[in-house]
Amino acid sequence: MSNLLTISLVISALHLALPILMPMLGGLISERSGVMNIGLEGMMLIGAFSAVLVTYFTGNPWLGLVGALASGVLSGSTLALMTVTLRGDQVVASAAINLIGAGLTAALIPVIWDVDGLTPSVEKIPTIRVPMLADLPYVGRIFSSLGMVDYACLALVVLVWWVLFRTDAGLRIRACGESAESADAAGIPVVRTRFLAVVASGVFGALGGAYLSIVTLDMFQASMTQGRGFLALAAMVFGKWRVWPGALACIAFGFADAIALRAQILWRDIPHELLIALPYVLALVALATFVGHASGPAGVGKPFARA
Amino acid sequence: MTMNSIVTPPQNRDVFTGRRQVRMDPAMLAETLGREADVAAAENPGFLPRLVGHFHALSGNLGGQVLTFTLTIAAALIASMPLIWIGGSDLWRAASALFGGALGSGPAIAETLVQMVPLLIAGLAVAVAFHASLFNIGVEGQLVFGGLVAGVAGASLDLPPALLMLVCIFAGMAGGAVFALIPALLKAYRGAHEVVTTIMMNFVAVAISEYAVSPTGPFVAADQPSATERVPDLARLPVIWEGTRLHAGLLVALAAVIVIMWVLYRTPAGFRLRLTGANQGAARASGVSIARVTILAMLASGALAGLAGAVQVLGVYGRFYAAFSPGYGFDAIAVALLGALSPVGVIASAFFFAVLHAGSVPLQAVAGISREMVGVVSGLVVAFVAAQPAALRLLSAMRRRFAGAMPPDGLAETEVSK
Amino acid sequence: MNPGREQTMTADGASRPDTTPPAIRLVGVSKHFGPVKANRSIDLSVRQGSIHGLLGENGAGKSTLMKVLFGMMRPDAGRIEIGGRPAAFRSSADALAAGIGMVQQHFSLIGKLTVAENLILGRATSGFVARWLRPLDLESARARAIELSERLGFGIDPSARCETLSVGARQKVEILKALWGGATTLVLDEPTAALSPPDAEELYALLQNLRREGTTIVLISHKMPEIMRLCDRVTVLRDGAVAGEAEIPRAFSDPAERQALEARLVRLMIGRHRPEVPSRSSHIWPTVLSVRQLSDGQRFGPIDLDVKGGEILAVVGVEGNGQSQFVELLIGLRKAAGGGIALDGRDITDMTTLKRFQSGIAHIPEDRHRLAVADGMSLVDNASIGFIDGAPFAPTSFWLSRHRRARFAAGIVRRHKVRASSVEAPVTSLSGGNQQKLVVGRELSRAPRLMIAAQPTRGLDIGSTGAVHEALIGLRDHGAAVLLLSLDLTEVFTIADRIVVFRQGRIVGETTAADADIDRIGRWMSGVDEEARQ
Repeated sequence: MSNLLTISLVISALHLALPILMPMLGGLISERSGVMNIGLEGMMLIGAFSAVLVTYFTGNPWLGLVGALASGVLSGSTLALMTVTLRGDQVVASAAINLIGAGLTAALIPVIWDVDGLTPSVEKIPTIRVPMLADLPYVGRIFSSLGMVDYACLALVVLVWWVLFRTDAGLRIRACGESAESADAAGIPVVRTRFLAVVASGVFGALGGAYLSIVTLDMFQASMTQGRGFLALAAMVFGKWRVWPGALACIAFGFADAIALRAQILWRDIPHELLIALPYVLALVALATFVGHASGPAGVGKPFARA
Repeated sequence: MTMNSIVTPPQNRDVFTGRRQVRMDPAMLAETLGREADVAAAENPGFLPRLVGHFHALSGNLGGQVLTFTLTIAAALIASMPLIWIGGSDLWRAASALFGGALGSGPAIAETLVQMVPLLIAGLAVAVAFHASLFNIGVEGQLVFGGLVAGVAGASLDLPPALLMLVCIFAGMAGGAVFALIPALLKAYRGAHEVVTTIMMNFVAVAISEYAVSPTGPFVAADQPSATERVPDLARLPVIWEGTRLHAGLLVALAAVIVIMWVLYRTPAGFRLRLTGANQGAARASGVSIARVTILAMLASGALAGLAGAVQVLGVYGRFYAAFSPGYGFDAIAVALLGALSPVGVIASAFFFAVLHAGSVPLQAVAGISREMVGVVSGLVVAFVAAQPAALRLLSAMRRRFAGAMPPDGLAETEVSK
Repeated sequence: MNPGREQTMTADGASRPDTTPPAIRLVGVSKHFGPVKANRSIDLSVRQGSIHGLLGENGAGKSTLMKVLFGMMRPDAGRIEIGGRPAAFRSSADALAAGIGMVQQHFSLIGKLTVAENLILGRATSGFVARWLRPLDLESARARAIELSERLGFGIDPSARCETLSVGARQKVEILKALWGGATTLVLDEPTAALSPPDAEELYALLQNLRREGTTIVLISHKMPEIMRLCDRVTVLRDGAVAGEAEIPRAFSDPAERQALEARLVRLMIGRHRPEVPSRSSHIWPTVLSVRQLSDGQRFGPIDLDVKGGEILAVVGVEGNGQSQFVELLIGLRKAAGGGIALDGRDITDMTTLKRFQSGIAHIPEDRHRLAVADGMSLVDNASIGFIDGAPFAPTSFWLSRHRRARFAAGIVRRHKVRASSVEAPVTSLSGGNQQKLVVGRELSRAPRLMIAAQPTRGLDIGSTGAVHEALIGLRDHGAAVLLLSLDLTEVFTIADRIVVFRQGRIVGETTAADADIDRIGRWMSGVDEEARQ
């Protein structure tokens, strides 16, 4: 019985970690290129909303997913335009993305569906069972609960790590984040590289949002991301701007979330309102204690313009 | 402070006696104190000419600020127009619903001012932090927690009404300040970015306040779910416009504007804060402790946010409700930025957002446009403020091109430097 | 490995030098920064396979010219020819493609990346998909780095992170990086500025090796010995324009001939003979600043130094040899790891910055934008920086006078002839020179016992420079001590009473201004004497 509990806890922790993991990757790419993106929360909301919107009108959740990714390109380009091209303040500009994302999605629900706050149900992305893995004892349950999207997301973690730390493109991105002037002297188009990185972060943010709205749930709710975009940033800081430690931090947040949910059922006398805050408290405690003096890429926040 | 009490510091003496006296060249000191009659005459014309001169000096700057303010609002409203059409309404109907609803009658104006109070105080909170180059995005959480502390104090303390009111207000400010202190310490001593930490604190604040008034929570009212017991009527902020909800919180807010203006521009602490925000290196080189300024600025910002919560609890609802803030703390970011961080400017921008808030109810009823529109407009305002430097660069580049024939100012006295 | 270089070599060997087109030719290059003319119609021609020196004082326009050549800045006028063909570089990538490699004065290596990563940064020419997916071939990059560095005569660990390398090793990596893409022309901007003598010696050998292999080298420097030793020809820049050119024979038949050439080059560089010294201090007061065994535990110190009242002591040295650490230690921005500082006999080693100002230190910072002026604040606010912790401006914590501050600022504006529309104007509306005058005026108003003036006349015209000098001399004549940190030897000779030379965080030489010999100071700065002793 206790064993079963552990397995299902792992499953729910994984499912709760993925929508933090995706924006964490987005934030990582963006900051590694030298642009601070605190607008992931807004990008997630826009992505989640677009996924439901497209699914609702086409009836196909896969098209919904494509719609979400397209919305990520759009919101990423908007932020990149403001910060990289126009050299506006990165924090202020991405705060604008958050405000617009939260406001716009909430404002459009009644316009489109004539209801407030909550969209009707749409088709979810189906879980495709991988037969061999699912039949394994114990761990089989984990695999049977994972769908295509989950595998794709996990593959994306590997891909981001590979591209950022093993390929020429990644080297160029990291160079722009450490020192735009040095990168420029090495002949790298800094503005273009940063623009692409910010667009990519928008896509990852939107993917995290779509995961919530059409993979975990089947509808969109105003402010449904519940600060996951910011938890993702915290995870990135804990992981010291590296992929694997950052992913581990996301999974830790997922476990905190899963434990909070489970504890509500098991121990009714612990107030669940406080348990919900568990990941955030965890994040703060980590920042206060073992993370140490956090230092990101040296060039973050500095706009680049050639003399 | 009489002039006679200021002693010219003898060279390198008197410094270690602890007297608050800055070392200054005696000739400059004399000039500064206006002892030399001719200097005083030259620098001090009569009162009226001075006043005129003062406004003249201000007007260029002021005109620019009003222009930026208007253009930003116009750009944000134009950018949000598609939403009106998507909503199936037309411009005229939407505008008349919005402005009629917010400003059409006495009670409507009163309601707009009621909305303006928390936006104004919270906007000041954001602005104070911004002046020190800190982005306090946690005003929402500090406001909610301040409201909770004020509500709990008002419901549970047994004090004379006037005293209770004061205690509640200060308790609210203390609550907000405590919530800002944690990010402040993390920033000053661990280098953790305040944006991430204040956001985390927002969720913690909401969780604590929801728990406090949950069915099993310690402070929930007997007759009302998700709220604390009522604050005694006499301890609430009195209504200042009979027949409306407009309460003395408006006066508190205006007093806060004056206090913040004084602190920022007319006290040494405010000077240190602005200097740190403008150039941390120069501040450090002149002996300012950056950590101390960071903590003080965040404490002040949090206390103002807590004040906004307390005023809302004591003025509008008479008790703490779990969901009493529709995101005032987030709109406050737009309020502060649109007001160009100046306390007076914040009054104007808080009024603009109050009109949006108050008009959003009739806007929804008449034109079918969601109240969430306010959030979109504030987001657009922030976006346009972020893009302002680029616009200014463009403007000055154009000006240079048109004035290309003229030698740039300063050519005469600047030789090759680097 | 390097087809371009072989071509050069055959061309060089087969034809007369006069028929070979110059490796680099600049014609009428001009570059302005606002009102500052950094380059004024410069012509320059560099022979293939030679080492060409570009000599000039700090601020003569050498670095700007090379940034234009390397595509990092666009000239306002003029054209560039590479190997006889006109070139228009829009970015450094274009310059790299044309076979020009550049070693910047400030290191362009990214500390967080390894040597191999820095070397191949931006160099891969793979297709789009390969760039995003194929693993970087760090293995062969490492192998090539080792091979190339061994051929040039030094060893390097290509897997080391650049931030862990010594300054000398980083300089070598910079050169490797510049040569990596097969550059046939190498531009080095003050390459030995931060190097120790043995490191510099290795670098000289390396450059001579490269010349033997046919690489064209442009060496930017203000050090006479290294120009004389390495270069085949030298162009002297002064105030952004070409002041003169000279051939340097590989060997001098007569030492007198060498000295005559050196003297001529110094004259071209400085523009005049050693200037006449104005009145020296009439009498000397007791010691104001005394520094004993002061060190910061890293690269600075230990140092012993005394400055007396009525004395202007100049600290000279190549940039980055501990001057800024010294200032930071003196004003309390950097903690002393050992030793002590006393001002007028009182120990100030553990005082806060504020207390030090109160006890009589004033500071004109070298980097105005970083440390002295707050953009976005008004002229009045900038004038009151450092004066707000007590009367007359803030006798209590709740009051900061406006009128007194305005009168104070107006006083500075009047006395120091700061040109501003009003004292309430934003400080950014002032030109750089006027901002500097404001800072100087503010610091003079502290009635300092010790004035720390770091490059106090940078960016000022002759008239304002004279005014600042007069003010510093006036301070001295009233018994204060002045510590002048300057890169401008002309300025030092004009007003200093005594000169100490900093090198690698230590004092390596001291002389009175009256006995000062520019050659000896130059030798101290460049460390050739230490070298000889070793």
